Amino acid sequence: MPMTRAQVLDLYYMDARCKLIEIAAFLDRVDRGTGEADFRLDAFRDAMQHLAGGEPRRAEEVLRSLSDPTEVPVDKAPGKGAVGAWPGRGA
Amino acid sequence: MRYIEPHGHMVSRTTDDYLDMVTAGCAAVCEPAFWAGFDRGSVDGFRDYFRQLTEYEPARAAKYGLPHYCWLCINPKESEDVALASDVLGIIPEFLGRPGVLGIGEIGLNKNSRNELRVLEMHVDLAARHDQLILVHTPHLEDKLKGTRLILDVLKNDRRIRPERVLIDHVEEHTVRIVLDHGHWAGMTLYPISKCTPARAVDILDVHGSDRLWMNSACDWGESVPLAIPRTALEMRRRGWSAEAIDRVVFQNPVRFLCQCPRFRLPA
Ligand SMILES: [Zn+2]
Repeated sequence: MPMTRAQVLDLYYMDARCKLIEIAAFLDRVDRGTGEADFRLDAFRDAMQHLAGGEPRRAEEVLRSLSDPTEVPVDKAPGKGAVGAWPGRGA
Repeated sequence: MRYIEPHGHMVSRTTDDYLDMVTAGCAAVCEPAFWAGFDRGSVDGFRDYFRQLTEYEPARAAKYGLPHYCWLCINPKESEDVALASDVLGIIPEFLGRPGVLGIGEIGLNKNSRNELRVLEMHVDLAARHDQLILVHTPHLEDKLKGTRLILDVLKNDRRIRPERVLIDHVEEHTVRIVLDHGHWAGMTLYPISKCTPARAVDILDVHGSDRLWMNSACDWGESVPLAIPRTALEMRRRGWSAEAIDRVVFQNPVRFLCQCPRFRLPA
């Protein structure tokens, strides 16, 4: 059941504004940091490109861009955890 | 309101959480077998865990008048050791007839490795041989999309598996459609940081319909909220959903899926 755009803004604008500023502050924090960043920052910047898309599939596109696109099982599990971005993209 | 928590790891929660859930309208809780935060060293460690899930935890929930159900398996995080997994699968049939056991779960993949896949196939075979429902965990974060595709292939390749008797959990915007298109049920996990927030879960319901979807808190010992389902029901109400439409998602849908197991009783 779709809401009007005004209803969406009433419900979610302040929350989205807060998250937008958090992302800006996060990128500033990374800039001020020392040493090298890793593949996660590149993946994050790539994923942000999808925010400018014109279709209401941005969440899906961001998730896809942060995903491992390969199809073959790996030989052995490299530990148990996940980090939120696929290290192979820049390789 | 009434709701069912179809995926809660209650062994890692306090009795205060039981009290809060029942106060908020929880009518039944279902607990899949999962990783304990460390690798168990022997099959006897799993036997004790299965006793905890089928004996102790239902008794703890009963103190609050809450029916407790469970799913049994060895979690994908412990599936690199195929020999241990095979021993654990060997003891599961001892527990399958116990009251409250819903089926095999939460099986699936974690890092999408060959051994995890092998152990997943063994679980699917066990479920097929014993005519059990299946609850599937899909991997985290960057591994989810690939893992979901691999899992769907395993299920499709076993001709004995009826898709409507399998629920694939932890779907997000990029995996929900393929799961539903394969004829399975899909679960959305409401987490504060990873997986779905309440707002995104309601978006997914808006876009994909609520026919074969349920929501869960998956509350465990990590950052998670045992009251995530009633909070999401509140989100639905703020977005104009009727009480009947909310009830269909948070109560009637889990009942429809779980009633395929003869040991599941409709909560009074
Ligand atoms: Zn779980």
